[in-house]
Amino acid sequence: MNGRPEQFTAQPNELLVERLRDGLGLTGTKVGCDTGQCGTCVVRLDGRSVKSCLVLTASAAGAEVATIEGETTRGGELTGLQEALRQEHGTQCGFCTPGMVMALGELVDATAGGEAPTEPEIREWLTGNLCRCTGYHSVVRGVQRACAAARAEAPATVPATVPEPAVVAASTAAGQEV
Amino acid sequence: MTAVTGEAPATGSGVLGQPLDSREDPQLLRGEATYVADIDLPGTAHMAILGSPVAHAKILSIETKAAEQLPGVLKVATAADFTDVMPLPCIWIPGGVESHFPPHPYGLPGARPVLTGDTVRHVGDPIAVVVAETPRQATAALAAIAVEYEPLPVVTRADEALAEGAPQLHEAVPGNLNAYWTCGDKDRTDAAIAEAEVTVELDLVNQRTINSPIEPRGAVGDHNAATGEYTLYASTQGPHNHRFLLSALVLGIPFNKLRVIAPTVGGSFGTKGYLYPDMALVLLLSKELGRPVKWVDTRTGLMNSTVQGRDHRQHVTLAGTRDGRITAVRCTSYANLGAYPSTIGPGVATALMGRSISGMYDIDAAFCEVYAAFTNTVSLGAQRGSGRAEAAFLMERLVDRYASEIGMDPAAVRRKNLVPKEKFPYDNGLGWTYDSGNYQLNFDKAIELSGYADMPARKAEARTRGKRLGVGLATYVAICGVGPSTRMSQEGMLGGTWESANIRVHPTGEVTVTVGSASTGQSHGTVFAQVAADELGIDPDTVQVLEGDTQKAPYGQGTYGSRSYSMAAPAVALTARKIKSKLIRAGAVFLGVPEDKVVYEGGRVHEDGNEQNTKTFAELAMSMWYGWGLPAEIEPALDETTHFDPPDFNYPFGTHVAVVEIDELTGETEVVSYTAVDDAGHIGNPKIVLGQIEGSITHGLGQALMEAAVYDEQGLLISSDLTSYALPRAADVPFFTLDKTVTPSPHNPLGAKGAGEIATVPPAAAVVNAVVDALADLGVQHIDMPLTPEKVWRRLRGEAQ
Ligand code: FES
Ligand code: FES
Repeated sequence: MNGRPEQFTAQPNELLVERLRDGLGLTGTKVGCDTGQCGTCVVRLDGRSVKSCLVLTASAAGAEVATIEGETTRGGELTGLQEALRQEHGTQCGFCTPGMVMALGELVDATAGGEAPTEPEIREWLTGNLCRCTGYHSVVRGVQRACAAARAEAPATVPATVPEPAVVAASTAAGQEV
Repeated sequence: MTAVTGEAPATGSGVLGQPLDSREDPQLLRGEATYVADIDLPGTAHMAILGSPVAHAKILSIETKAAEQLPGVLKVATAADFTDVMPLPCIWIPGGVESHFPPHPYGLPGARPVLTGDTVRHVGDPIAVVVAETPRQATAALAAIAVEYEPLPVVTRADEALAEGAPQLHEAVPGNLNAYWTCGDKDRTDAAIAEAEVTVELDLVNQRTINSPIEPRGAVGDHNAATGEYTLYASTQGPHNHRFLLSALVLGIPFNKLRVIAPTVGGSFGTKGYLYPDMALVLLLSKELGRPVKWVDTRTGLMNSTVQGRDHRQHVTLAGTRDGRITAVRCTSYANLGAYPSTIGPGVATALMGRSISGMYDIDAAFCEVYAAFTNTVSLGAQRGSGRAEAAFLMERLVDRYASEIGMDPAAVRRKNLVPKEKFPYDNGLGWTYDSGNYQLNFDKAIELSGYADMPARKAEARTRGKRLGVGLATYVAICGVGPSTRMSQEGMLGGTWESANIRVHPTGEVTVTVGSASTGQSHGTVFAQVAADELGIDPDTVQVLEGDTQKAPYGQGTYGSRSYSMAAPAVALTARKIKSKLIRAGAVFLGVPEDKVVYEGGRVHEDGNEQNTKTFAELAMSMWYGWGLPAEIEPALDETTHFDPPDFNYPFGTHVAVVEIDELTGETEVVSYTAVDDAGHIGNPKIVLGQIEGSITHGLGQALMEAAVYDEQGLLISSDLTSYALPRAADVPFFTLDKTVTPSPHNPLGAKGAGEIATVPPAAAVVNAVVDALADLGVQHIDMPLTPEKVWRRLRGEAQ
C-alpha cells in the first residue's frame, strides 16, 4: 500500500475502496457512484488504474496498491501532473480530482518515453472519470502541460503508443481482471 | 449603500482581475481536503434511510421489530418518533400566491415532514431510518423493515396532474395546483399577437434533469449533552441558511444552540442549498443515541431524493413584423414541482423563469403564466442556470422559428431586436430592470469570433463527408446577485438575501477575512483574498479567508445563483474600505498631520507631499493593536463588518454560437465548435471564472444532448444511476472558443455581475437551434431534448417528433 506492507483480514465481499477509506483511513479516494461510472475511486493496482469500487479487497492481495496519498507527502510538493493541473486550474470542487490524478498519472507515465498523447487520446482516456465542475477542458490542458513539461526535462527517444485505458469494470467474480 | 456607477475595482495592489492560481487547488490535488464522508468523529453511528419503492401509496403499516434485532442496529425510527418536529418549510412562495399547505408554526408554509407517515408521494420518499454501528449494518437492516402499502394512482407530468380526474397528491391542494403565477401584461400581449403580421408558436418540453454533483450529499449530526448544543456537518451551499431553517423552524431549538459546518463540498449546482430531511434526522438521532450520527448518500439515493431541475411543458408564441421586428412574446408553462414544495422550488419554477423570457430583446409586450403543479416525482429545485436557462431556451427557439418563418438570417433578427445601449437601465416589462449592458458589442463579437459568415461554405464541405453541419445562436440575460432583500420579499422570499463580510487585521499585519457565503468549488479563498488585498494594497498571501462554519463566519445566505462575487465580495471590499478609512483617521494621529493630509497608498499611509513620514500596513496594525495614543473617538484594533444588501439585482448576459455536425448514417450529433462571449462585468479572477464558464457550457450541452430524468408510468425513476443517466464525458466536448465583454454593474462597488453558472443558460438553445438548422431542409422545425442519436436519426428519415 503506497510502498508499505499492510496486513489485515478482509471479508469476501469487502470492496477495495471500503478497505482504503474505512479500514486504512485513506480518504483521498472518493466514492461518487454505486455503479463504477464516475471514477472518483480510481487507484492504481500494480501500476494500472482501476476503479476501487469494483475491486474486491481480497482479490488485491499481494498487489501493489497506489492511492492519491502516495503521490506526494502531506502538504508536500506536487508531482509534475498535479502542478500542471494546478496551473491550468484543473480542479474546482476537487471531488473528482484524486481519481483523475490517479488515472491520468498512468497515461502521463505510460507515454513519457514517447510521443505525447493527442487531445482526443487524452479525452478518450478520461472517459472513465466524470467531472461536473470543470467540463474537463482545464484537465485536458493540464495533461498537455504535464506531458510537455515532462518532455522538456527528458527529450523523447522511443515513440510510444497510448495504452488502452484500463479504467473499466472489473470482472465481478474475482475483481482481478481490470 | 450608494451605488457606484461603473466604478472600476480598486487597484491598491493590482491583484484584482489577475488570474492567480487557486490556493485551494493543491490540497484538492493531493486528496487532502475533508468532505462530509471523510469526517470521522469518535463513536460515530451510521444512518441509512428507507425510501419508498413506490411513487404513490397509503402506508398501512410499518413493522420494524425484525430490523431492530439485527446485529449492530441501535435504532429504527419512523414518523411516529418525530411527531413534535416541525415540517421542513418552503421559503419561496411566488409573489401573490397563497400557500395551500397547513401553516408552519412560525407562519411559514410547512412543506414536508422529516419522515413520511401516512402517504408516500414519490419513489424515495423517506419512510424510516436505521442507525447502526456500521454503514453496511444500517443498510442491511433497511431490508428487514416491512411496510404495507395500498397503491394509489400515479401522475408524473404537470399538465396531466392538472387535468380533471388526475390523482390527488395533497388533501390541502385541490387539483394539485400549487400556484398559478403570471408576469407581464396579458391584454397588451394578446392584442399584439392578434394584430401581428407574423406569429410563430412552439410546444416545448424542457425536460427534467438531475444536477448530479459528483459528491453525493451527506450529513453528520453531533449533539453535546453537556451543553445542549448541536453541530451539523453537511454538504451545504449555505450553512447560515441551514442553521436558520433548522434551528428555529424545524427543530425548535434556539438559534445559538446549532452550529452548521460546511466542510469541503464536492459540487452543488443549486442542489445543496435545500433543506432535506436527513439534516434534521442526524441531529435528532444524535441527541437520542448520545453519539454522532453520520449519513452519506449513494448515487441512486441522490437521484431519488435530491432536488431535480427544469421540467416545464410550454406553449410559446412570438409575434413580429415581416421585416424582423419582434412585437410580443407569450408563454404558458406547466411546471412540475414534484411531490412537495422544496425549500425554494416554487420560486425557481415561476419568477426565475417567467421574468426572464424576453432575454436580450427590446420587446413591447410580454406575458408569462405558470401553472406550478405537484406530481409523484422528486421535488423540483435549482439546477445550474435554473429558471434562466428555461427562459432562454424558449425565447431563442422562438427567434429561430420566427427567422425561418420570415426568411431572415437568425443573426440579423437578433441584432435588430437587441435592447439598445442607451436604453439602460431597461425595464423588461416582466418585472426585471436590467442594470447595464452593451448587447450589440457582445453579440457582434460572438458572431465575428465564431466565423458565422463562413458557415455556408462549411455546411457544403461537411456534406461531402456525409455530415450535416448546423449553426445555432443563443443570447441570454441571467438575473444574478440575489439580492436586494426587500425586492426578494416582493417575489415571495421569506428571508433576507444580503451577504456579509468581516475583516480582522491581526497585530502582525496579516488579515483574516470571513464571509457568510460558502464555496462548493469556486475558490472563494483565492478570490476574496484578492478583493481584500487589492483594496488594502497588501499581498494576497497575507490574507486568510474563512467561511463555511457558522461559529466563525458572519451571517450570510450562501452561494447560489452566481451571487458570491457580486454579493459577498462587495461586502469584503466595503469592509476593507472601512478599515482603510479608519487607518486614515488613525494615521493622522500617528503621523502627526491633519486627516486631509493623510494619503493611503500601496498598503501604507504617508503625509501628503512627504513620503518619508509614513507607516506601513504592518506598523499600523501593530499600533492599532496596542491602541496607545488614540483619541477617544477612534477605537483600538481593526475589526470591521459589512452587511451588503444591493439596491437591485445584476444582469450578466452573453451570446453563444454552437456548431454541430450530424452524422447522416447514425444521427449522432457532435458539437464541433462552440463560441461563447459572456459579460459578467468586472471579473475578480479570470482563471477561476474561465473554469466556471467552461464547466457551465459543458453542463448546458449535457441537457441538450444526453441528460434526462425519465420516469415510467408507475413513477419509477428509470434513470436513477450513472449507467442510465448520461453525463457529458471528456470526449463529448471540444475545446471552446471564449471571450468576454465587460459592462460593469452599477449595483455593487466592484462593478461585478454573476458569473459562475451563467454560461449554462444558453447552450441548450444554441445546440437545438444548430441541430434544427442542420435539418431545416427536411422541414424540421423543432426537436425535443435530449438530442439522442436515435431521435435525430428518425428525423433524418422523415419521422415526425
Ligand atoms: S465510486 Fe464511482 S466509479 Fe467507483
Ligand atoms: S472538480 Fe468538481 S467534479 Fe470535478
